Amino acid sequence: MEKLLETKNNLPVRIADIPVVPYSKFFEVITFLLRSQDYHILSYIAYPTEEGLKFICAIADDPNKSISVVSHIIPKGAPLKVYSMMPKYDVFHSFERDIHEKYGVMFEDNHFLKPLRYSHDRVNQESVITDYPFYKIEGNELHEVGVGPIHAGIIEPGHFRFLCAGERVLHLEIQLGWQHRGIEYLFLQKQKLNQRATLAEQVAGDTAVGHALAYSQAIESLAGLKIRERLNYERVIALELERIGMHLFDLSNLCTGAAYQLGNATLGVLRTPTINFFQTWCGNRFAKGLIRPGGSFYPFTMDLKEKMLAYLDNMEERYMAIADKFLNLSGIVLRFQDIGTLTRKQMYMIGAVGVTAKMAGLKRDSRWSHPFAGYHDLHHEPVTFDTGDIYARIQVRHYEILQSIKYLRRIAEIMNYDSPTPQPLTDENLRLAKNCLTFSITEGWRGEIVHTAITDDEGKICCYKIKDPSMHNWWALALSLRDREISDFPINNKSYDLSYCGHDL
Amino acid sequence: MLENFKILRSHGKQFIPDITQPNLPATFKGRPIISTEEIDNQELMAICPTEAIADDNGITIDIGKCTFCGECAFRFPHKVKFSNDYKTATNDRRSLIIKEGEEQIIRIDQTIIRKEIKSLFGRSLRLREVSAGGDNSSELELNATVNPNFDLARFGIDWVPSPRHADGLVLTGPISKNMAEALQICWDAIPYPKFLILAGTDAISGGIFTGSPAIDRSFLDDKVVDLYVPGNPVHPLTFVNGILELTRKIKS
Repeated sequence: MEKLLETKNNLPVRIADIPVVPYSKFFEVITFLLRSQDYHILSYIAYPTEEGLKFICAIADDPNKSISVVSHIIPKGAPLKVYSMMPKYDVFHSFERDIHEKYGVMFEDNHFLKPLRYSHDRVNQESVITDYPFYKIEGNELHEVGVGPIHAGIIEPGHFRFLCAGERVLHLEIQLGWQHRGIEYLFLQKQKLNQRATLAEQVAGDTAVGHALAYSQAIESLAGLKIRERLNYERVIALELERIGMHLFDLSNLCTGAAYQLGNATLGVLRTPTINFFQTWCGNRFAKGLIRPGGSFYPFTMDLKEKMLAYLDNMEERYMAIADKFLNLSGIVLRFQDIGTLTRKQMYMIGAVGVTAKMAGLKRDSRWSHPFAGYHDLHHEPVTFDTGDIYARIQVRHYEILQSIKYLRRIAEIMNYDSPTPQPLTDENLRLAKNCLTFSITEGWRGEIVHTAITDDEGKICCYKIKDPSMHNWWALALSLRDREISDFPINNKSYDLSYCGHDL
Repeated sequence: MLENFKILRSHGKQFIPDITQPNLPATFKGRPIISTEEIDNQELMAICPTEAIADDNGITIDIGKCTFCGECAFRFPHKVKFSNDYKTATNDRRSLIIKEGEEQIIRIDQTIIRKEIKSLFGRSLRLREVSAGGDNSSELELNATVNPNFDLARFGIDWVPSPRHADGLVLTGPISKNMAEALQICWDAIPYPKFLILAGTDAISGGIFTGSPAIDRSFLDDKVVDLYVPGNPVHPLTFVNGILELTRKIKS
């Protein structure tokens, strides 16, 4: 077995140290490691270099908290053709589509090599988003249902195409790309620190903390900056508050899906003080502007601590009253149990992360496997359920809310308020390591976020890749509907609450 | 049953009785105020991630471009302050440009509101929202306008799924190229008379996405914009107050 380069979350490596192997070896080592469910694909990217198109694949070893990296180069002039890893593991399918769309690489035996997001810089400019090649089955008894890109509610655009036999869904194909704004391209064009931070916050505006933190830690690791405990704890507070706010929103929405008005109203109302606390802290209900590389403009003061503890006490009591009620309500339990059920094996094959993995018993939580910021001290143990249905997704969210409340209280107690919060880095004194690569992983409320940054020989970022948890998790929604009633689509969709813009970038 | 009432009661009265009155915390970043203090203008302008700060015989901040990151106010605290004034919606694009030395309240210019807006939509109004590259934060805030706190529906204003039932279109996002056609189809499906609202910095100017080759803002070329609602994301109070002032005979 080829020796791979070992690294960790936020530990930069020199590009020259990453072994370059022929594609057959590349294929072999990756697929060998993935035989165990302890491993998962963190990042698989391609980018143009002087020698040719370079592929870099990072495989995370979760229990050992390490990352293995291996690379392959298709030299300039050589045919852009390799065999696909998708027949072995479905998880590769989205990555390969991304690389195919951008660089025209043919992946043999990937039978689903369609445009992923119709990015502006796609090789095939003749393909247009309104002419997507949907999977088709012909038959007199079958019909198709198309929904979107514009949906009924105030949500982002995406297209769902159901192939149905009566009420039964044979296949759901999710076509995305409508939200593509060219974020990865803009990351290279707009080079000021705060421009990139603003971009990171808008990868998915509902996960502003998660993505801004992934970006900040990528910059800090390339700049060789050690972050002190105070700022690390503040970041944990921000990330856990974001999780509580969005989990409450999802639970409220799921109550609407089951026509349970009391749950919808009360859980929705509980979200308000959660995001209003962000507003008190940093002036923005979505915490935009709060997370910056190297420091923060908004220290978490003793005064904020008192306010947060008071909010937590009040919120927890009211939350528990409604949670006890709705988690045991027969109307809720009957509507959500055994609906949209998926197995651990399926989640492992599609590379599911976060809530979507944990609800089927797959332990994927980077707070535990690749700890960052202040999580080293929390010894986080992920909440998992084996049932894999909508009710399991509800339970994961419920227990994560309780976990987050516990962490917030603990961090607020142990934080040393006398040590100052540093100011954010400025462009003038920024020096990034040259010819290096870093993986920055954070655990947003949806799951694992990975930012991959590569610098050139001047220390400028020459490749920036973003992976939102939604990239894989959308496939869970598609699988949930297979062989189920089409009327179960709305609650299944709400039970995942995935990001369109995070996928489309 | 009794338990349900108990749960409801524990939440107390949630709605804001007078939606024009609540105070936001002092930290909230609303309308900026720029002093006449002499500083290095170039240095201040260079801070802004979206080129919202300009020097036009004195510093100006265009809050149609501003992402409200607040960095200018931290680096030059005596020059720029963000007040907690959330009433920043306007129908006059120029009034989003804040000038130094002027304590400039942003209002809706009643003289340029199209006649049919007040006469037809003053009592009942249905809106269709389209996100074209929006990042789901303004979308969530627009959803929040009808939650139990802000309760926009009490004014006879609500969101509808079909453009055929809508009186106006609320746009979020910088308008991705891939959404341009769907947006146009949705707009065409709304019956006349109709109006257009741009919600959030991305929609008003493109924000941080300005210059992206994946954006196509030509939809706006031949449209009259009836309301600009700044914010990143839009605050529900900014939106609710703006829409009421635009359509109602209320005093601002």
